[in-house]
Amino acid sequence: MSSEFATPMLVILVVAGSTFLTRFLPFALFGGGKEVPAIVKTLGELLPPAVIAILVVYCLKNVHFLIPPNGLPEFIAIGIVAFLHIWKRNNLLSIGGGTVAYMLLVQMVFV
Amino acid sequence: MTKKTWQYAFIQTLPVLCGYLFMGIAFGILLQQAGYNFLWALFISFIIYAGSMQFVLIGLLGGGMGFLSLILLTLSVQSRHIFYGLSFIEKFKAMGKQGWYMVFSLTDETYSLLCGMKIPSDLNEKKVFFTVAMLDQSYWVVGCTLGAILGGVIGFDTTGIDFAMTALFVVIFIEQWVGFKSHIPALVGMGCGAVSLVVFGASAFILPALIASVCLLLMFKGSIRQGESQEVGQ
Repeated sequence: MSSEFATPMLVILVVAGSTFLTRFLPFALFGGGKEVPAIVKTLGELLPPAVIAILVVYCLKNVHFLIPPNGLPEFIAIGIVAFLHIWKRNNLLSIGGGTVAYMLLVQMVFV
Repeated sequence: MTKKTWQYAFIQTLPVLCGYLFMGIAFGILLQQAGYNFLWALFISFIIYAGSMQFVLIGLLGGGMGFLSLILLTLSVQSRHIFYGLSFIEKFKAMGKQGWYMVFSLTDETYSLLCGMKIPSDLNEKKVFFTVAMLDQSYWVVGCTLGAILGGVIGFDTTGIDFAMTALFVVIFIEQWVGFKSHIPALVGMGCGAVSLVVFGASAFILPALIASVCLLLMFKGSIRQGESQEVGQ
C-alpha cells in the first residue's frame, strides 16, 4: 500500500474514531444516570469558545503580517464577515459574502 | 404515515439543506484542490461527518502530525458535542439500533433541529428523529462529493476560496461571543493561540495552545463563573 493512500486513510480513521468518541462519551459515561464529573462539565462548557478562537488563529497561521500586504485582505474580509453576521445573523450570507469579498481582494486588489 | 414523516422531516431540515450543501461544496472544492478526488470527499463525509473538523482535516491529510496530537486536536474541536449528547441519552437509548446512528450523526445542526422541533402528535417521534438525522447527513455527503467533482471542472479562478474556512470559524466565534456571558474563554484561546504561534511556529502551535488553554481555564474557572453570576445579578 502506498503512503499516498495509507497516510490520509489513517488520518481520516483516527479523526473519525475521535469524533465518534466525543459523541459517544456522554452515553458511555452517563448512560446509567450517573452524575457528570465537575471537570468534564467545566471543560465542556468553557473549552468550546477557546478552541474556536484557536482555530481562527489556525486559519491565519500562514499570513505574513510584517510584509505587504500585511494581512490586509484577511483583516478586511474578516471585518466584512463580522459586519454581515452581526447585522443579519445569517451564516450563509456571512460566510458567502466574506469569501467572495476575499476572493475579489486577493485576485484583483492586492495582486 | 411514513410519507407524512418524510414530508415533515424534509420541511424541518430545509435550512440545513441550504447550509450543508453550501459548506459541503466549499469543503469538496478545497479537498479537491489539496489533491484528493470525490471518492475521498464521499468517504470523509460519510464516516467523519463533522463540519469544522473536516475543514481542519484537509491540512492534516498529508501526515506530519503525531497520532496523539491528532486525537487531542479532534477531541478538543469536538468537545462541545459532549454536551449535546447529554440532552438525549434517554431518547436515543429507547431507539435501539437506530440510537447508535443518532449518536454518530449528532452534529451542531441536527442537535439544534432535534431540540427545536414541535413534532405533531400523529407522528412517531423516533421515526422523525431518525429521518431528520439521515436527511441531514445525506445533504452533507452530497454537498461534499459535489464540491469535489465541481472543483475539478470549475472554470473560474478559485484563488482565495479557502477563506470559507476562516469565515466559518469567525461566524462560530461571534455566535459564541454573543451567547457566552463571560468572554474570558474566547480571549484565553485567542491569547494562547497567538503566543503559541509566535513561540512554536505555524506547524506546531495548536497542541501547546490547547494545553495552555485547558490549564488556564481550569485555573480560573472560579473567577470566570463569578463574572457570569455577577452579570446575571446585574
